[in-house]
Amino acid sequence: MGEFFSFIGNNLADFWGYTGFANATPGHFIMILVGCVFIYLAVRHEFEPMLLIPIGFGMLIGNIPFNMDAGLQLGIYEQNSVLNTLYQGVMTGWYPPLIFLGIGAMTDFSALISNPKLMLVGAAAQFGIFGAYMLALLFGFTPMEAGAIGIIGGADGPTAIFLSSKLAPNLMGAIAVSAYSYMALVPVIQPPIMRLLTTKKERVMRMKPPRPVSHTEKVMFPIIGLLLTCFFVPSGLPLLGMLFFGNLLKESGVTRRLAETARNQLIDVITMLLGLTVGASTQASEFLTLNSVFIFMLGALSFVIATTSGILFVKLFNLVLPKEKKLNPLIGNSGVSAVPDSARISQVVGLEYDPTNYLLMHAMGPNVAGVIGSAVAAGILLGFLL
Amino acid sequence: MKKLSLGIFLSALLLVGLSSCNPKRIESKLLINEVLMVNENNYMNDYGIRSPWIEIFNKSYNVTDMAGCYLRMSNTPGDTATYTIPKGDVTTKVAQRQQAIFFADGEPNRGTYHLNFTLDPEKTTWLGLFDTRWKLLDQVTIPANTLGADHSYGRVDDGKPEWEVKGNSSKKYVSPKANNMIKESNPKMEKFAEHDKSGIGMTVSAVSVVFSALLLLYLSFRFIGKYFSGRDEKKAAAPEPIAAVKAEEKKETKAEVASDEVYAAIAMALYEMQGGMHDVESGVLTLVDQQSAWSAKSAFMRSKPERK
Repeated sequence: MGEFFSFIGNNLADFWGYTGFANATPGHFIMILVGCVFIYLAVRHEFEPMLLIPIGFGMLIGNIPFNMDAGLQLGIYEQNSVLNTLYQGVMTGWYPPLIFLGIGAMTDFSALISNPKLMLVGAAAQFGIFGAYMLALLFGFTPMEAGAIGIIGGADGPTAIFLSSKLAPNLMGAIAVSAYSYMALVPVIQPPIMRLLTTKKERVMRMKPPRPVSHTEKVMFPIIGLLLTCFFVPSGLPLLGMLFFGNLLKESGVTRRLAETARNQLIDVITMLLGLTVGASTQASEFLTLNSVFIFMLGALSFVIATTSGILFVKLFNLVLPKEKKLNPLIGNSGVSAVPDSARISQVVGLEYDPTNYLLMHAMGPNVAGVIGSAVAAGILLGFLL
Repeated sequence: MKKLSLGIFLSALLLVGLSSCNPKRIESKLLINEVLMVNENNYMNDYGIRSPWIEIFNKSYNVTDMAGCYLRMSNTPGDTATYTIPKGDVTTKVAQRQQAIFFADGEPNRGTYHLNFTLDPEKTTWLGLFDTRWKLLDQVTIPANTLGADHSYGRVDDGKPEWEVKGNSSKKYVSPKANNMIKESNPKMEKFAEHDKSGIGMTVSAVSVVFSALLLLYLSFRFIGKYFSGRDEKKAAAPEPIAAVKAEEKKETKAEVASDEVYAAIAMALYEMQGGMHDVESGVLTLVDQQSAWSAKSAFMRSKPERK
């Protein structure tokens, strides 16, 4: 009888060794707390809920402590585990281009086509990427790591994941979480910079309404866009190819079903898997490092630089533009390609100073140009550094 | 004028594109990479014998199958030995950027990687690699008496067009089944670390590329936009057809084409006739309960088996 009880006791002790309580470290609890904060921000304040809920919950999944020596094939970093299999879409970089397919299928480039000079505003905001790149080098990161960190300034989660999976897979978790966090915080980061860099007179400037764009132009845009950008930067092909393909599905008008699938079901499925696995990749042992702190700091700075450069570029650009074609500097921030949040910020800040001045349509131009610009920048970094 | 400037812009774009074409690139995936003719102390085959060898390199970033390809050797024109790389051997698939060694020992019965010819360093030797359709993939001619014992004739670096004699200095080493130039570091990164510590160079070049790409897109759509807005303006400015012609056109249209309302009425009538929305009670609008597998669970359940 005694042996039986000792057998039961040993079994329970063994079982205890496999539980989360026995394997937990303070790091696990910190990460679980961060995950809960993400979920709170998404539910309570609706900050990018589509991204923060999967990432936040992924953090909980990725930080459930377990006996890592038991070979249970549970963790995201254990080969052939379910999470590891799902994570391959991130590691091999095929989730982000599929997200871009959906983005292309839901983006209307009319604002950009009707006023193509807004493309240059989108290009100017990419200074954030390279500003962060230089700062990262200053902090002692290698050029490849600096490139991956810099792309946070592109404010484009899929691009950040795509590039970091190629240039610095070891930093991908921190880079992805940082990029998505700051994208969610765009309404907090950008308005003070916009107010600081513009005068009251500039904020109430009215822009010429965009001209109507014909169907032919809309169909031509993805074709010409792909050819011109990818001939320049072939390394941007996975992202730009899918972006323009998705847009052609939308604009051709004859592939509605495909466009619907790309912008609804497909992007939803991939967003869930991408967010969840990126969140789960932030295991405390991999994530809680000094590098992650630097990455978060550099991420914030890159958003500040991107916003600043966008606004200053518009102000400079206005010096050479004729009076009737001048741009409101408040749309400069929307070159940061957090679609459509940064364009919405232009609108909100603009309305504060003139309740009848609607900047949203104008701001959408640099906003979508920013998407193209950040994908081009990612291609350049890949081409230069890989 | 607009058309002329658009034409000039497109021609310039085409000219830049065409002038940047580089026809000199080696397109073949499989290349002859290195050849050793006198093997005294070099790579040993799986029978423990040293024999001349030929190294094939898969230049591509994908697995390439050599099965069915031909390796040919000739010392004199018109006298060519041909070895067909056997099919059905999984090892003939060469991984991306990897090498495979063929032993020129004249013993093809020893396995896939043993050729049916040998190499003679005293004669000028031509080697050719052909694909399964006899398309020449790569060839190399090694002059007579070029190679001494344990010296090889190889590409300076894997897949590069320049060749050199290897084995006569520490920098030019013979490298069977390995990279012709071993890279101990990432030269790109070293260059960046040496010349661009602050990242300004990268920033300047990358930003100028981003701007160039988007500037080109801007210019293209500026021209396209001007063309289309000009066309729309022309359309808007075109005079209205005179009233009499318009009325006649209207008459003709009326005679040939019925209005949408007529079509809708016909369609409704047909639908109703085919047992559409109404049941047998005339004048009472009800919906007919049409159950299908889509709406009712019972429609796709198996019926209960009955004992007979």
